[in-house]
Amino acid sequence: MIETKNKKGAWIAFIGVFLFLALIFALDQLIKPTDKLGMLLIVLQKGSVYALAAVSMNLLNGYTGLFSLGHAGFMLLGAYTYAIFTIPDKSRDAVYQYFDAAIRFSIPEQLSNHMGGFGTALGVFLALVLAGLVAALMAWLIGLPVLRLKSDYLAIATLGFAEIIRAVFQWSKLGPITNGSNLLKNFARASKFKLEIAGTKLSLSTFVPVLIATVCIILIVLIVNSTYGRAFKAIRDDEIAAEAMGINLARHKMISFVTSSFFAGVAGATLAMVLSIAQANNFKSAMTYEILLMVVLGGIGSITGSVIGSLLFVAASEWWLRGLDSGKFLGIEAPNIFRNGFRLVVFSVIIMVVVLFFRKGIMGEKELPDLFRRKKKEAPAKEGQA
Amino acid sequence: MKKVLSLVLVLAMIVALGASAYADNPVVKIGVFEPQSGDNGAGGKQEVLGMQYANALTPTVEIDGTTYDVELVYADNASSNDKAPTAAQTLISSGVSLVLGSYGSGVSIAASDTFDAAGVPAIGVTCTNPQVTAGCDVYFRICFLDPFQGTVLANFAKNELGATKAYCLAKQGDDYSGGLCNYFIDAFGKDNCVYEQFPEGTSDYSTYITNAQNQGCDVFFSPVSTEAAAQIIAKADTQALGMPILAGDTWDSNVILQAAKGTNVKICVTTFYQEGADAEFDKGIKEWINANPTALANNGGNDELAAVTVMGFDAYYVALEALKAAGSVDPADVLEVLPSVTYEGVTGAIAFDEIGDALRDSAFVKACNTESGVWDFVAVATVG
Amino acid sequence: MDALKTTLPYIISGVSVGGQYALIAIGYTMVYGILRLINFAHGDVFMVAGLMMVYLAASLPLYLAIPLVILLTVALGFTIERVAYKPLRTAPRMSVMISAIGVSYLLQNLALYITGGLNKNYPAIPWISDRISIFGMETSRVTVITPFLTIILVVALVQLINHTKIGMAMRAVSRDFETSQLMGIQINRVISATFIIGTFLAAVGSILFFTNYPGVVPTSGAMPGLKAFVAAVFGGIGSIPGAVIGAFIIGIAESVIKGLDTILIVNGVIDEQIGLATFSDAFTFVLLIIILVFKPTGLFGEKSTDKV
Repeated sequence: MIETKNKKGAWIAFIGVFLFLALIFALDQLIKPTDKLGMLLIVLQKGSVYALAAVSMNLLNGYTGLFSLGHAGFMLLGAYTYAIFTIPDKSRDAVYQYFDAAIRFSIPEQLSNHMGGFGTALGVFLALVLAGLVAALMAWLIGLPVLRLKSDYLAIATLGFAEIIRAVFQWSKLGPITNGSNLLKNFARASKFKLEIAGTKLSLSTFVPVLIATVCIILIVLIVNSTYGRAFKAIRDDEIAAEAMGINLARHKMISFVTSSFFAGVAGATLAMVLSIAQANNFKSAMTYEILLMVVLGGIGSITGSVIGSLLFVAASEWWLRGLDSGKFLGIEAPNIFRNGFRLVVFSVIIMVVVLFFRKGIMGEKELPDLFRRKKKEAPAKEGQA
Repeated sequence: MKKVLSLVLVLAMIVALGASAYADNPVVKIGVFEPQSGDNGAGGKQEVLGMQYANALTPTVEIDGTTYDVELVYADNASSNDKAPTAAQTLISSGVSLVLGSYGSGVSIAASDTFDAAGVPAIGVTCTNPQVTAGCDVYFRICFLDPFQGTVLANFAKNELGATKAYCLAKQGDDYSGGLCNYFIDAFGKDNCVYEQFPEGTSDYSTYITNAQNQGCDVFFSPVSTEAAAQIIAKADTQALGMPILAGDTWDSNVILQAAKGTNVKICVTTFYQEGADAEFDKGIKEWINANPTALANNGGNDELAAVTVMGFDAYYVALEALKAAGSVDPADVLEVLPSVTYEGVTGAIAFDEIGDALRDSAFVKACNTESGVWDFVAVATVG
Repeated sequence: MDALKTTLPYIISGVSVGGQYALIAIGYTMVYGILRLINFAHGDVFMVAGLMMVYLAASLPLYLAIPLVILLTVALGFTIERVAYKPLRTAPRMSVMISAIGVSYLLQNLALYITGGLNKNYPAIPWISDRISIFGMETSRVTVITPFLTIILVVALVQLINHTKIGMAMRAVSRDFETSQLMGIQINRVISATFIIGTFLAAVGSILFFTNYPGVVPTSGAMPGLKAFVAAVFGGIGSIPGAVIGAFIIGIAESVIKGLDTILIVNGVIDEQIGLATFSDAFTFVLLIIILVFKPTGLFGEKSTDKV
């Protein structure tokens, strides 16, 4: 009974995801950057990146109850790994203008020499996985000492590690690898992703980031629903009880931390892909705070919530509330009030209201399917009786 | 020069009269991609002033026989490389024909891909790093480049100031100061330079001053943002730096003059324009600034001209020239004709080379008069 | 001797920064001692105090502006506690910390809006910003008086905590929150008093800090705030002398690291710049992690056992 229901749900989810991706693909072709709706594409690109980052943070903070503030650091590792390994050979010297580049190896380029267009795609995929692995490896190293710490000490220690990582990546002595504190560019970026079919070029600049985020979020959902996920939740609810039940605390905390960081690394790489630049200076603790606020907005402990929260956050701050900054909003003209920065003030007030009065966020701990399930509750029950 | 300006003025008046007759002109949008907040906010605001003044003088342009109203569309790149691509995208989606900006090289480099993907041409006003135009087909610029400016400054330090050891200070991850220091060091000699970078959010510049003193340097080269500059000057004064400070075009700003007034610090800068070179222009823009409280506030509270303001003024007219030559408001058409656009501006003749860089071979060197708080002209410097 | 002469300016400047961090750190350590809350907004309150001075000094004489700034900062600290933390007293610790991050975000964005994102120059306060010469080194007077002023304030604070009724209540609450409530201590009054003392010291700290480094931007408070918190952890959270000593250590370390390349070159240890200054901020966190791993209670912290 349960199995058949799950199968049905899985099919519905599968078809839903497929339709969603098809829609994104269509939007990618229909909307040009110069259109009025061009911002929609940007919001989808950035929103999906932040959704992935928020969901991966939620895995750790919401599902395992480990309050970590090191997300920006892991995203930085992912972004740099991805960028460094996808800069084409001919642009390498221009990017490393003050240094003699030490790594001269672009995965997509190498593979495309042998396999053509498919090689490029595979190379980008491998670079993304590598980005995640580097972040995961660093998380494992950091996790050894810090995961023993309790809640807020853990938060401040992970925050500290993120700052240390940022400083190391800006160190001029590592310039041949990281380009010092200067930005990395010209690597494989979303705006250049095209699919050529029978002479017509199809844009993939929004589709690829959304696809990456979707696949990763599905993987996280699968982890959350596995035995590991249940162990994580047990640790969150009561560490001592969880230990008494035979859950290996250290091991499961580490798994959660490393997995979360892996996806944070992928999110960082995708962010670089979307922004078409990577620079250590952008991965400050403020970025972690923003992602945390997205998680809170959506509801701590809800993956759907994190996705909705981050899409709303990005859409509101990049698109809908722009008018608050430029003098005119909802037809009201007040250039003295609606000037630079007002958008962020309104935004932070909304967030404070959510934090204080709607502590559960938009979704609480519920997921999207839960919303449908409640309505249908009676019907399957009757079926069961029959 | 005066002729051109008076012609422009007359033209502006005629066009303005014409404009009043046809109230409903079609609109052509020019994007202004400048920092309005963050480290370079003050400088960005001054650069925008030039464009606004030019827009006030010449609010319309005739494209292919039709008179268009010119609308400036603003986007704040917040002096931050990660905000730049989105700011660029908002300009692109609002339907601009071309973009002016930015002050600061990093944001221009960061946004170049976004402009490139949309095929919208951009004219850099004072972004001097070579990377802005290199490898980007849609980016042009009207200012000189860092290899040139760095060499000019290094020669000046060696020959005029008699310096033998230079202390170079840049901001970490900042393409403007980092790039300029790099080319300065190339020209000055690597072994005679001490190069340090301060992180973002630094408030304590006193240690860097102590470092320069301790290492026995005799010139202090710090082409950083005006925000940092004001504090460096204050610390140089309290700690009795004992060597001249040298900087690039960003320091040609009244922020520096205010900070340096009454102190005992010697400051020299290279820049695009010397106030007084075009008296009529100076008079016009000062009147405009003084008549407009917002403009006055954005210029730092007085009417001392910054070179970037003048560059912004010229950039606006280059944009109009490009629109006229293209005969269309389509970004693609503007991009096509832009390489061959020339213009005789207040800061000199403007033309582009094959990369899209301005053909400029001279810079003004100015020194700060700490008693009266104005710039004194020192020399016109060239390389070659 | 030569080595000493080149190093001395860094140490003097470090001691001064350390004193300023110490004044912020006390606010962190007291609040943490009582509420077990990392008050992320504390650094931003420090920044707001700086901004208020910029705006008030523009229209008022300094002898009015300074007390007013301190008063308004204290009022801000009090209000933040009442509005953002008090309603969450029964909520999980993570919620309160998120609320603190939210307040910090709000204060920074408000500052961004009001200043237009531009750097504001802190007014020069006569006498303390004057230039003086000490051991043949030129500096401003504030650099020299900061550590002394810090120590005087700390001694006064310790007296207050040890010898007054409210001080006794604070000690009781930080020892055991619930029991002291049962003993009839009015928790909310004690917590408010803690916030008032903490923000008062932060306001004084901001006057000293910004007189020394006169540029105020919306993010001015973030880094000093984090460092002050690290100082509090380093010294042992809840311990006031610990926080002060931690702050001095961090201030000196930071300043010396910024000049370390120069010190090493001048003394012939290395030949060229190696860019160690990059780590001046990060080193604070290295210290933090070392202390957390090896002595989680800090230098002077009391050992506490976890309750089930």
